[in-house]
Amino acid sequence: MTPLPPIRILSPTAILGYGFPESSFAAGLKMNPDVIAVDAGSTDPGPYYLGAGISFTTRPAVKRDLKLMLAAGRERNIPVLIGSAGGAGARQHLDWCVDIIHEIATEDGLAGKLAVIPTDIGKDSVRAALGGSNGNDNGNGNGAIRPMPAGPPLAEEAVIASTNIVAQIGEAPLISALADGADVVIAGRCYDPAVFAALPIMRGYPVGLSLHMGKILECAAIAAVPGSGADCMFATLDETGFTVETLSDDRICTVTSVAAHTLYEKSDPYRLPGPGGTLDLANTAFEQLDDRRVRVTGTIFDPSPCHMIKLEGARRTGYRTVSIAGVRAPDFIAGLDDILDGARATVTGQFPQIMQDTATLLFRAYGRDGVMGSLEPERHQLPHEIGLIIEAVAPTQDLADAICAFARSTLLHFGYEGRKSTAGNLAFPYSPSDFKAGEVYEFSVYHLMRIDDPVAVFPAEMMPLGGRP
Amino acid sequence: MTCLADVTSVIRSKNAGPYELTLDIIFTEKFWFDEALRCDLINRAVIAGLYGVDESDVLSIVGFAPANAIKATLRRPLASGAVGETDVYGAQQHAPLLKLTFGNE
Repeated sequence: MTPLPPIRILSPTAILGYGFPESSFAAGLKMNPDVIAVDAGSTDPGPYYLGAGISFTTRPAVKRDLKLMLAAGRERNIPVLIGSAGGAGARQHLDWCVDIIHEIATEDGLAGKLAVIPTDIGKDSVRAALGGSNGNDNGNGNGAIRPMPAGPPLAEEAVIASTNIVAQIGEAPLISALADGADVVIAGRCYDPAVFAALPIMRGYPVGLSLHMGKILECAAIAAVPGSGADCMFATLDETGFTVETLSDDRICTVTSVAAHTLYEKSDPYRLPGPGGTLDLANTAFEQLDDRRVRVTGTIFDPSPCHMIKLEGARRTGYRTVSIAGVRAPDFIAGLDDILDGARATVTGQFPQIMQDTATLLFRAYGRDGVMGSLEPERHQLPHEIGLIIEAVAPTQDLADAICAFARSTLLHFGYEGRKSTAGNLAFPYSPSDFKAGEVYEFSVYHLMRIDDPVAVFPAEMMPLGGRP
Repeated sequence: MTCLADVTSVIRSKNAGPYELTLDIIFTEKFWFDEALRCDLINRAVIAGLYGVDESDVLSIVGFAPANAIKATLRRPLASGAVGETDVYGAQQHAPLLKLTFGNE
């Protein structure tokens, strides 16, 4: 068999909408990429975006990045792949991003085939998997639904209460869309490396190397020094390894920067689990080729006996209102815990039923333990100033407003032992002092689910760029 | 006395999914990585002590030679984004590590 020629992959930015310099992108195009791919999402920004169906990136920023990528892809007739559309990758996020693609195609006269791959999972499918004879395995490791390390088992009520549940798909549905002739592929929630690895795997390059390359490219220049989430990276893959390099004179790839990225956001750098199997880095070697390029070899893919995909779901838990205030009085700071307990007792006395059953009142003391909470080792060191956030979460916005406002007024005039500053305890930087933060979500589903056919479950919707035929 | 902050290029924390917090310590050179392993600078008891948690909440400690790095993973006290949680990305939980020192020489 003749060896495969090197395949070249351009990653413009860490997250679609985070931006990239046009000069770096142009330098990448000069190197004749075979594919342009971008990861658009993450669960990092928390459960709100998935639950509410809203993107954590903005429309103008996403349109700016996509416009350059789509123009380059169509001009060169190379595929453009976008994973985790709209950040969280649910149907609303996908539709939002597809609409931007159609708008660009119409404005710029781009033609071609667009494959749209939704990755939402119906609650009935998850409940059916849970309700089977070996549904929720509760830790035995063989169930159709399995918890993640440190995560809870899945409860059926959590599934029912979720507003969105998505599956993190692997490269298989993307390859199927490319094989059907798609010029642009956009998918809901994707395993981050999949969009970079799909074309190489389709063309027969080793799965382990393709995915490891994708793992580094998905955060673009974050794996360079100095790191940046808003600059391009380029990889060249062959059958024995891949080389990564930056596209700007401002930064370089080093063995440490590239190897360190393998650690990023993972608990075990030697075993990186993903859809359908695990990346095995036990024999991976990183080599500095010259002053800006690093070559990686030895990574293999260890397929699992059954295809497991990760589910992500979020549910609404209430509404939030916050009030922000500063405290400078040393006696108030010294007695803070007692004062906050006293204020809480007053609020509970005023709204006993709500406080007992449904509302949560929180005080966050920045300058003491606002950042680390229970993990803070230096909580005892009293600062000269504290930033206080008074926060209420309740079943309705009106109730959250009421609890927060009452706690705020109570604390403002709270009389404590030895108080000298009798005109008021809090410095408010704003009027109004209280802010409606809206809906509150939490992760309800973050579990593995077994599926039989990773392609059939996630069929692509094919359409012309610019709109439905 | 050699301070961990002086012999590392990176000390960071980040979520590894919503339930885990992972700490990365990347040494400036192999010597200090090896030295940290030799004297068992980072172990479950040390991490549990720095963060005031039970040793059972320190889920793993792994050395990664290609990056001269040691990684420790903790169970998050609250899932990312849960009501009352303080750091959605988990990106500012690294500071206690900065005070670690090699021995008492």
